[in-house]
Amino acid sequence: MDTTAVSTGTEGKTWGGGNQPMKASYGKMMMWFFIVSDALTFSGFLAAYGFSRFKYIDSWPIADEVFTHVPFLHGQELPMIYVAFMTFILIMSSVTMVLAVDAGHHMKKNKVIIYLFLTIIGGLIFVGSQAWEWATFIKGDYGAIQTKGGNILQFIDTDGHRVALGDFVVAESKDRSQHMETNGIWFLEEGSLPSYTLEEVVSGLESHPNVLVRTQNIIEGEKEILSRVESLRQIKENGVSVVEGANLKVNEYGSPLFADFFFFITGFHGFHVFSGVIFNLIIFFNVIIGTYERRKSYEMVEKVGLYWHFVDLVWVFVFTFFYLV
Amino acid sequence: MADAHKLEILRGLIKFKSNVTKIWGVLILLTIVTGVEVALGIYKPENLLAPFLGMKLLNWIFIILTLVKAYYITWDFMHMRDETKWLRRFVVWTAVFLICYLLFILLQEGGYVESVYATEYVKRDF
Repeated sequence: MDTTAVSTGTEGKTWGGGNQPMKASYGKMMMWFFIVSDALTFSGFLAAYGFSRFKYIDSWPIADEVFTHVPFLHGQELPMIYVAFMTFILIMSSVTMVLAVDAGHHMKKNKVIIYLFLTIIGGLIFVGSQAWEWATFIKGDYGAIQTKGGNILQFIDTDGHRVALGDFVVAESKDRSQHMETNGIWFLEEGSLPSYTLEEVVSGLESHPNVLVRTQNIIEGEKEILSRVESLRQIKENGVSVVEGANLKVNEYGSPLFADFFFFITGFHGFHVFSGVIFNLIIFFNVIIGTYERRKSYEMVEKVGLYWHFVDLVWVFVFTFFYLV
Repeated sequence: MADAHKLEILRGLIKFKSNVTKIWGVLILLTIVTGVEVALGIYKPENLLAPFLGMKLLNWIFIILTLVKAYYITWDFMHMRDETKWLRRFVVWTAVFLICYLLFILLQEGGYVESVYATEYVKRDF
């Protein structure tokens, strides 16, 4: 393909950019360099996730219990379904991107426009889905108690079903309200208070004999369930706070590290998807106004396409290590 | 370049007539692999949960299927199949070598720290 550099009079000469090592143009080669280095960045993150997971191999949250929601299907436990949909959307948008590149090779402007448009739509659906996934994770679903040692105690009934705090705890009227910047010392504020206090959870647990405590420890593939006496003892002696949902400090599903890595890695990936959508939009408008038609080469579509496929490639690994393994 | 596409996948087992049909063929392949992963992830067959080389057998299956998908995304979507041999090598060898090195160090260390918590007199819960 032709180079897209500005004419300097030295084209074609080795030191004037005329030489194409490995038959790849300058732009394409640089994109490959970037992709290799970015791949190493992501591997660093995923390997760090692996480190923490191996370190807490006996207490890591079980992903199938964390990501169970599908939009519009409330109250159903459907692990994997939504994330499989997201994966498919991203692969599909990769396909439309290759089709755009292919149409570009044949200089078919209108086809490039259609395929790039579909790619952008796919990217937006993916980013939106990820935002929804985050929102669900931050909101949480059952609630839990955090202990002095930072461990999480969840609730389960004698039939083995998870129990939400709202199912057995009665909220009483509170003296304590959330401290805002507006009332009191202006530079101090706090996060939203949990719906229940620790004392309310304790009395709720006492009045419901069928509720047991489940710890983070994994014993033969299942989370450990405490006896009734032990449940009450753990909550009363070690419980310090009520946790609902997940953020960078606490995580109702287990180790806060799980939430930290989830936010950081999927966030970094989501940022890549977002910037990919921006790049796609830029070349989309360039195609429409005919820039590449005049340049007689759609190589820019190919270079941005490389980046877009790389984002898909990373997601394949994130999907495996966060949701499957 | 448009006429220089290699149109065989699976070592020549399937040969496509044009680049566009090859793309759709690869999409079908990737969809099947993802479908298998999701099905295994939902049903978790009992006999695949046996430990194998430090992990559950099922996890090894997931990782291998992921590498299969990564191969087809790089080779067909990113046109690695059509690049020169040395471009392929500098990208793949560099990345694979460094990633293996990183993974070995970090996972080894993670397993060691776990063993210290599990067997020595170091406690993290109070």
